[in-house]
Amino acid sequence: MNTEEKAPLAYNVEQLNLWYADNHALQDISMEIPEKSVTAIIGPSGCGKSTFIKTLNRMTEMNPIVKTNGSIKYRENEIFAKDFSVEYLRTKVGMVFQNPNPFPKSIYENVIYGPKIHGIKDKKTLDEIVEKSLKKAAIWDETKDRLKENAFGLSGGQQQRLCIARCLAIEPDIILMDEPTSALDPISTLKIEELIQELKKDYTIVIVTHNMQQAARISDNTAFFLNGVIVEYDQTDKIFSSPAKKETEDYISGRFG
Amino acid sequence: MKFADTTVSNERYEENTQRLSKRHIWNKAFKGICFGAMAFSILMLIVLLIRILTQGIGFLSWDLIVNFASRNAEDAGMLAALAGTIWLMVVAAPLSFVLGVGTAVYMEEYAPVNRFTKLLQTNISNLAGVPSVVFGLLGLTIFNRLLGLGASVLAGGLTLSLLVLPIIVVASREAINAVPTDVKQASYAMGATKWQTIFRIVIPTSLPGILTGTILALSRAIGETAPILVIGALTYVASTPSDLFSNFTAMPVQIYDWTGRPQEEFQNIAAAGIIIILLMLFFMNSIAVFIRTKFQKRF
Repeated sequence: MNTEEKAPLAYNVEQLNLWYADNHALQDISMEIPEKSVTAIIGPSGCGKSTFIKTLNRMTEMNPIVKTNGSIKYRENEIFAKDFSVEYLRTKVGMVFQNPNPFPKSIYENVIYGPKIHGIKDKKTLDEIVEKSLKKAAIWDETKDRLKENAFGLSGGQQQRLCIARCLAIEPDIILMDEPTSALDPISTLKIEELIQELKKDYTIVIVTHNMQQAARISDNTAFFLNGVIVEYDQTDKIFSSPAKKETEDYISGRFG
Repeated sequence: MKFADTTVSNERYEENTQRLSKRHIWNKAFKGICFGAMAFSILMLIVLLIRILTQGIGFLSWDLIVNFASRNAEDAGMLAALAGTIWLMVVAAPLSFVLGVGTAVYMEEYAPVNRFTKLLQTNISNLAGVPSVVFGLLGLTIFNRLLGLGASVLAGGLTLSLLVLPIIVVASREAINAVPTDVKQASYAMGATKWQTIFRIVIPTSLPGILTGTILALSRAIGETAPILVIGALTYVASTPSDLFSNFTAMPVQIYDWTGRPQEEFQNIAAAGIIIILLMLFFMNSIAVFIRTKFQKRF
């Protein structure tokens, strides 16, 4: 990838391979993800893009049939190293899922879940975290009068922004988003996209999307995955205006996928 | 030709259309069969209730609750049995809850999926179907004889908790299994450990299901006669248990004893005793329903 500016790397992935039992789902993936930018991962269903993003915070390990090798360095630290704590990794790397998944608790309880499990008990600090996180996730105005209400009372789009707020509450360095708008209507999608633009000033964002326009609108760099390999990874403008590979061009022009 | 293609003449479904009336008959018939099944169960329940109420309601009295058993039916009460049953529950409820939920959490959240654990899971479900008298023999062998607890409240409570354990495990596993993976993943993705996720997300979310299962299992234990008799509960006790090692009797045992006597008066107070035990069961089941509706989370 020909980035002229040498931004510090948030992630450096080298020769990553992943198997679901015998299915070789990720093959020799190597990718540098610069900090404070939006990196989009696109590709047809089953190409390994969701698997890849879940490897970045080691969520794939929850599936016992998964085997990985290769190297992922999060800010110089090898995340597969034996002495590297997965809990530490996941405090630094937040995740927003495809379907909004708030806890069956109040809005307030949802936001303070992360800080509480990491030992913050002081009521005043927690109150501040709630306000700050909800404001950052652009949902404070809609929720400030109903913090004690159950999060399930919110609309789908609001729930997803609450999930983003919940993720921001632990002050992560990186936010992984796995098709965060695929379950949402266009207006909620727009709000989340605006939010992503705002968040990239402070956070590194890696987003999986099957919506190519979305990738074009919000990302700085785009990687195109196909059948478990990276076909092309470059600046988003370049990928969408003059892709180097024929597969990429076919995909973004809608000829398959 | 084009026109013909768009007209509605679909030979393939002609025959099916003719069968429609037959399908409608089956549609109604099946509803009728299900209604019949339901009506039969309800009818049996009503017959049972009427039978017990007509015989026993006249003999319900305060004396029945505050008196000890006696040779004279007029003086006889079930205080010892009532107290014994409560003591049994005090022993069995916390023990079976802790062991049952612990087992369920382990099996759902920790146990690796392999043939051995699958075999174990199937067998726990089978255990729920083992006749209660077998658990009585187990209690007699282990608690009464081997541990030397005798025919004490403690031995009885331990036996009952073994009896209901499989039921609680099965109910708790179902409740824990119903916690969406999504929500658990959200917790792990924020750096929560397994213990934190289980304690803060899995158990609170599944608690209504777990408690309902536990209460229903315990209300089954209250009515059990066989295991209590087998471990050697007495039928005549003139005192309430003073500690865990006291001899005891329980309500179903007392009722069983009374129904076995030739005098009609005893039959009548047995019916009254059954009313009391039914009220207790009704009360416990109401708590279960209350917990279910009050605390149920929706997803």
